[in-house]
Amino acid sequence: MDQVRQIKIARLPSLILAAALSSGATFAQVNLGGVWQNQLDEDFPDRLAGPELGDYAGLPINAADRLRGETWDASLLTLPEYQCRVHPADYASAFADIRIWEEYDRDTQNLVAIHLHHFAWGTERTIWMDGRPHPPEYALHTAMGFSTGKWEGDILTVTTDHLKEGWFRRNGLARSDRAVVTEHFIRHENGLTWVTVVNDPAYLVEPLYRSRDYVFSVAGQIAPYPCESVEEIIRPKEAIPHHLPGTNSFLKEYQAKHGIPEEAAMGGPETMYPEYRSKLAGAGAGPAK
Amino acid sequence: MRNLSSAPRLAVTLLALPGLAGAQPAGPPQGGAPEDFANVEIHTLKTQGHVFMLVGAGGNISVQVGKDGVLMVDAEYPQLSGKILAAIRRISDGPIRYIVNTHYHADHTSGNQNLRKVGSTIAGGNVAGDLGAEASEGASVIAHNNVLGRMSGALGKAAAMPQDAWPTDTYVGDEKKLWFNDEGVEIIHVPSAHTDGDSIVYFRKSDVISTGDLFVTTSYPIIDVAAGGTINGYLDGLQKIVDLIVPVYGQEGGTLVIPGHGRLCDLGDVLNYREMATIIRDRVQDMIKKGMTLEQVKAAKPTFDYDPLYGTTTGFWTTDRFVEAVYQTLLPNKERGDGKK
Ligand SMILES: [Zn+2]
Repeated sequence: MDQVRQIKIARLPSLILAAALSSGATFAQVNLGGVWQNQLDEDFPDRLAGPELGDYAGLPINAADRLRGETWDASLLTLPEYQCRVHPADYASAFADIRIWEEYDRDTQNLVAIHLHHFAWGTERTIWMDGRPHPPEYALHTAMGFSTGKWEGDILTVTTDHLKEGWFRRNGLARSDRAVVTEHFIRHENGLTWVTVVNDPAYLVEPLYRSRDYVFSVAGQIAPYPCESVEEIIRPKEAIPHHLPGTNSFLKEYQAKHGIPEEAAMGGPETMYPEYRSKLAGAGAGPAK
Repeated sequence: MRNLSSAPRLAVTLLALPGLAGAQPAGPPQGGAPEDFANVEIHTLKTQGHVFMLVGAGGNISVQVGKDGVLMVDAEYPQLSGKILAAIRRISDGPIRYIVNTHYHADHTSGNQNLRKVGSTIAGGNVAGDLGAEASEGASVIAHNNVLGRMSGALGKAAAMPQDAWPTDTYVGDEKKLWFNDEGVEIIHVPSAHTDGDSIVYFRKSDVISTGDLFVTTSYPIIDVAAGGTINGYLDGLQKIVDLIVPVYGQEGGTLVIPGHGRLCDLGDVLNYREMATIIRDRVQDMIKKGMTLEQVKAAKPTFDYDPLYGTTTGFWTTDRFVEAVYQTLLPNKERGDGKK
């Protein structure tokens, strides 16, 4: 026993030296912990004011998803069971401040997980960094999904599945529970860019890319977010507000207000790309503002 | 720990009853048996409290375990009974006391015959004294009375299933209650929904609901019209499930839901499914009101936006079959002519 202890003690100085040499320099990972303040400049109307009805422009949706949007009635959100529905993991970056904290194994100091608390609805996510597998398909799907992360250089890349049905935009465009989301967290000093790439085999023709920016907040705090359902409208318990196909009279308002051709407002992969503007102009369809 | 001696009997039972793969009736909209049972694995997922979910081929099985033994909800196919029993033995060595059948379809019930025999009914005192060993032979198989009617061939036109698989303990009315493994178990009847003999099973302390095919995540609502299923009854069943659920926050957590087919769920999943089923019902209802024929309704694609999730042109429950079932069971009584509401 003594011999073992001696060997350990003898090796200690060299371990300390190795640790000192490596600290702060060469690990291909960055610290993301702290409170990050959400910057709303990008896509502002979509995010804080909320999207307008019938605005699907720039989203690579398919025809089935377009019909989900066209028949969606915002009054759905008055149903008590829907009032406190949280923003899903792939949409949560739209809104408010976040706190990130890291969980290390005490003995090995290996990074086990990165946790993320979101002000809106107080949702919390865990991004597992310990190489564990994703659960089987028959396990529970949740709004936050199941996430694993890895470092690609100093970028944290996260893969999330086991998501519940969510949305691409808060005007009825559903994102299915089969979607797999890839995220990149990129820190530049006190800035953080959070890129979300949604692949949805049910409702997207091409992946949907979104980026959101945050600024590190030295004194930032996150407030609680209580939510309690109330009866807003007295109606039969089984009623689900929706528009029958072809009857939603609100869909044209957005096009008229902004002078956007119907074809563009209805979205689809083509409408994501800059060339689409010239195509519309060439067809004499009127200016896209 | 009790009654372990009955376990070896399974092997004999399985040998004695070979070749039941083709025994299911051809007509009902139920899951087809897999081509090769040898390749089917039984996966076990702990839900919460006393309740586990077993996923194999056919309907999901819920297993509640504790000091009183084992209560199962549904039993899949007889060819899988050995694997199912092995999976149960990994979580409990107690006797199988109850098998609750959520409805009569073979993908949920044809395994009854084997699994019942390795279990035992709780019996004692005068009953056991009068009947001897027979009093406790085999687990109780509980179901709504119409399940017995369908499985025995007394109700409907489907061929009778083997008598060994029939329920031994049926109920009529709204529900049957049991106390087992330190919790209340409510077996709640939903009329005219997936079939005319549906039950959901609510484990009150574990806070888990086993829905049978009144809720699935893998297809459109399956409605066995010939066995008394209707779209409105199905929606009532979904509402009943929603009413029993208390989430932790928003639409998540709290009560967990084991569907007849597909993955473990909670409130949000049931709400999304109810939303889809209600919206499609409303669309078809509107088309019927406009005088559209079934062919016109199908051509109008009332399921179009949900087809990427649930639509299919193959298998036992195609989109067309679903639309037909919705249409048929929404038609006014006189046009349908079967006397149902
Ligand atoms: Zn069934």
